[in-house]
Amino acid sequence: MTESTDVTSGQPAVSTGRLSLYLKKIASLFFTVSLTLLGLLLVTFLIGRVMPIDPVLAVVGKRASNEVYEAARLSMGLDKPLYHQFFVYITQVFQGDFGKSLLTSNPVIDDIARVFPATLELATVATLIGVLVGVPMGVYAAASQGSWFDQFVRVFGLFGYSMPVFWIGLIGLLIFYGMLGWVGGPGRLDIFYEDMIPTITGMILIDSLIAGDMTIFWNAVSHIILPSLILGYYSLAYISRMTRSFMLEELASEYVITARVKGMSEQAVLWRHAFRNVLIPLITVIALSYATLLEGSVLTETIFAWPGLGQYITTSLLSADMNAVLGGTVVVGILFVGLNLLSDFLYKIVDPRARQS
Amino acid sequence: MTQSSTRSLTRWLRTDEPASRLQARCIQVYNGWQDLRSNKLAMIGLIIILGLVVTALFAPFLAPQDPYAQDLSRRLLAPGQDGFLLGSDELGRDILSRIIHGAGTTLYIVLLVTLTAPVAGLIVGTVSGYLGGWTDAALMRITDIFLAFPKLILALAFVAALGAGIENAVLAIALTSWPPYARLARAETLTVRNMDYIAAIRLQGAGPIRIIVGHIWPLCVSSLIVRVTLDMAGIILTAAGLGFLGLGAQPPMAEWGAMISSGRKYILDYWWVATMPGLAIFIVSLGFNLLGDGLRDVLDPKKAQS
Amino acid sequence: MKRFLTVEDLWVRFKTRYDMVEAVRGVSFSLGRERLGIVGESGSGKSMTGRALLGLVRPPGDVSATRIDFLGQDLHRLPEKKMRHIRGKEISMVMQDPKYSLNPVLTVGEQITEAYRLHNRVSQKIARAKALEMLEEVQIRDPERVYKAYPSELSGGMGQRVMIAMMLIPDPKVLIADEPTSALDVTVQLKILQLLDQLVEKRGMGLIFISHDLPLVSSFCDRILIMYGGRIVETCRADQLDQATHPYTRGLLQSLPDIRHPRERLSVLTRDESWKQEESVNAII
Repeated sequence: MTESTDVTSGQPAVSTGRLSLYLKKIASLFFTVSLTLLGLLLVTFLIGRVMPIDPVLAVVGKRASNEVYEAARLSMGLDKPLYHQFFVYITQVFQGDFGKSLLTSNPVIDDIARVFPATLELATVATLIGVLVGVPMGVYAAASQGSWFDQFVRVFGLFGYSMPVFWIGLIGLLIFYGMLGWVGGPGRLDIFYEDMIPTITGMILIDSLIAGDMTIFWNAVSHIILPSLILGYYSLAYISRMTRSFMLEELASEYVITARVKGMSEQAVLWRHAFRNVLIPLITVIALSYATLLEGSVLTETIFAWPGLGQYITTSLLSADMNAVLGGTVVVGILFVGLNLLSDFLYKIVDPRARQS
Repeated sequence: MTQSSTRSLTRWLRTDEPASRLQARCIQVYNGWQDLRSNKLAMIGLIIILGLVVTALFAPFLAPQDPYAQDLSRRLLAPGQDGFLLGSDELGRDILSRIIHGAGTTLYIVLLVTLTAPVAGLIVGTVSGYLGGWTDAALMRITDIFLAFPKLILALAFVAALGAGIENAVLAIALTSWPPYARLARAETLTVRNMDYIAAIRLQGAGPIRIIVGHIWPLCVSSLIVRVTLDMAGIILTAAGLGFLGLGAQPPMAEWGAMISSGRKYILDYWWVATMPGLAIFIVSLGFNLLGDGLRDVLDPKKAQS
Repeated sequence: MKRFLTVEDLWVRFKTRYDMVEAVRGVSFSLGRERLGIVGESGSGKSMTGRALLGLVRPPGDVSATRIDFLGQDLHRLPEKKMRHIRGKEISMVMQDPKYSLNPVLTVGEQITEAYRLHNRVSQKIARAKALEMLEEVQIRDPERVYKAYPSELSGGMGQRVMIAMMLIPDPKVLIADEPTSALDVTVQLKILQLLDQLVEKRGMGLIFISHDLPLVSSFCDRILIMYGGRIVETCRADQLDQATHPYTRGLLQSLPDIRHPRERLSVLTRDESWKQEESVNAII
């Protein structure tokens, strides 16, 4: 008997049915994303209208005459009903027009394009630290559940969760910059190195390498190391904890026993079998942590005078520059949604089960 | 209680075969407490939080000096100098006394957020999960929108819109922190919604409100408590961050974040002004994190099974 | 008969909060080139016995034994590193549900070749050929396709065939089958059993067949151990099961319908606390 009758599934079923399923999926995804974005815009729009700041006054100044004020009001479309204003707002946003910043008098989108690379650079370095250190920590903590190392990882993570970032930043500057002089101070470069290399990506670490200027590169490293270590610590705390708990779940499953029955070493069981499965939910966690760093380094950027998006939004907010604040918020929101989509997409690539269904 | 009755109580609590629902419930709580008590870190956390509560309640008696009394002739004195145990700030106020009074502010923020965000999340999540269909789709979409916002920036924008101040800071934090609770409550609701006992209650004629309030809420509470405890540190840190940016508690009110902010200018020469209140924030958040972590181990049903 | 395994006085204990649970309590048996069935209800210690042989009881579980002899080696005292050469290569195990016991994110091919290459230093190409051959041997119709498939693309019966292929590819001498058919459809169960029987016979292996299903075990195995409360309460040849003497075994038999001796009413099994206190029966032959 070589014929088995229990072959019930697994036929390579590439058919038109699958294609239309894909289209349907993409359509529903598109619908969800645009709905979320629309909601995002609505909330920022409403915040902008609720603000006790008169946008007209902000433009024309307090001493403007009534006629000038009224003319400005009309030209800004503020006499129109709210839904009309919202519609105008959306059309503008989709054309990449967030209005002009009152503070810098540049278009907000240009300002954002200028400050964003700084944030991106910081968040990326921090996430790299978080992943490269946090993932192995989580894996080994789970593998030795209850050991001193596991306890250490847990407490180390909890410490990270408990520290006010602006405080640890200050202390870090005090010790490593003020007292020991090991790292660069606030800002992205020492002042006399600024504007010496052409801006290509806006990320100094990369631009200096492109320009081949190692002095500037190392100066940039000395400046980014402290803020990225601090942000990286948060990311590490989160990633190691999630990795640990995902790993524990996987290590309790039967295929791990199967792998051991085969005679695999514990290292191979951990990385080749359990970790492969952990990778799937971990992608979402890393994306989330990255997104949080992209949006949430407000305080770190303030402390380290890091001219990024967070600092841009905060200073704009404190000087009532609402176009800039709302524009920044929308950009960050779009980034967040985009990263979520990306992680969903990666998820489907890595997980064979998600690929089929 | 005599020793023998203590022992019989312990035996009652340790039996494998509870005789009543009350006893089973007591055993559960007792076992949980035993677990928690054997977790040293969680106990440290509990002690820190109790310490915070006691400090907040008895601040006027505990503080060695008036937290608002300025004395410019004695400004920026180092810890231990001139009777200032933790030094004095830029207006010559006693940092220790200000930290002690700041405990009340922190506790106030924590309580206010706890009473708003998780409750809102619980309502949205259970209604969404129980009713399903369009209600669910609409509510979850709204939740997603709020989740997609940068939390701190949204809180900043809210505070800017509403005006700086502690209540507005709390409101902003609550507005940005309810979505995860809604998600959690919805997930819990979905697991019990189709269970037979819910069907039985429905057949007895109970309406949706009664079922949600009387039978679904109690089931969501324990996981929400764990989540809230774990989030508490984050709430404290966000509140302190708002204070640091000048959007939370307003001077001269004693608030730890604002204290760090004012000490920031002096950090290189007078390190203690910013360091001391930061330590206070750190210790209190650590307390909540340690307790939350321990509580999760105890209350996590997944772990209890293995 | 060649004796593969001799287990003497095997204990498996678990520490809980208030006391110690003894999952396996002083079990002794041997295994030759035969099909040995271990029958018992859940919690009788039958699965734990299988795991203990492979050294797979993890903390807080604790194993002790006078000896677990495998062809002259005492497995119980073998260091973990050497034990890894026993696992898979000498003693292997098929578990209950292929849905859980196969790694969902690795292809069937990856998982089978990996089992082979752990114990044989060969190229991936040779391992692949060997794996396809093995898939053919477990009567899979389209080995090339299954080789590339992920476990979630297989039916339960196919999954179990893959599992058997994976466990037999390094050519072990002993196979432990822990409820290998309990998760499968009834129609597939029999086919898997036949397959297992053929392969074990052909390769001259020893088989430990763990199950809760007494009729199944008695029709399939040569010898039976009946476990209750962590002990062996009875051992006999499968064809002499009707002469069993222990009240537990008798109770089990009487609660089953029998077409040759129809009865008005099947009796309900009543358990006696004292069975747990009895000495474990020695099943070394």
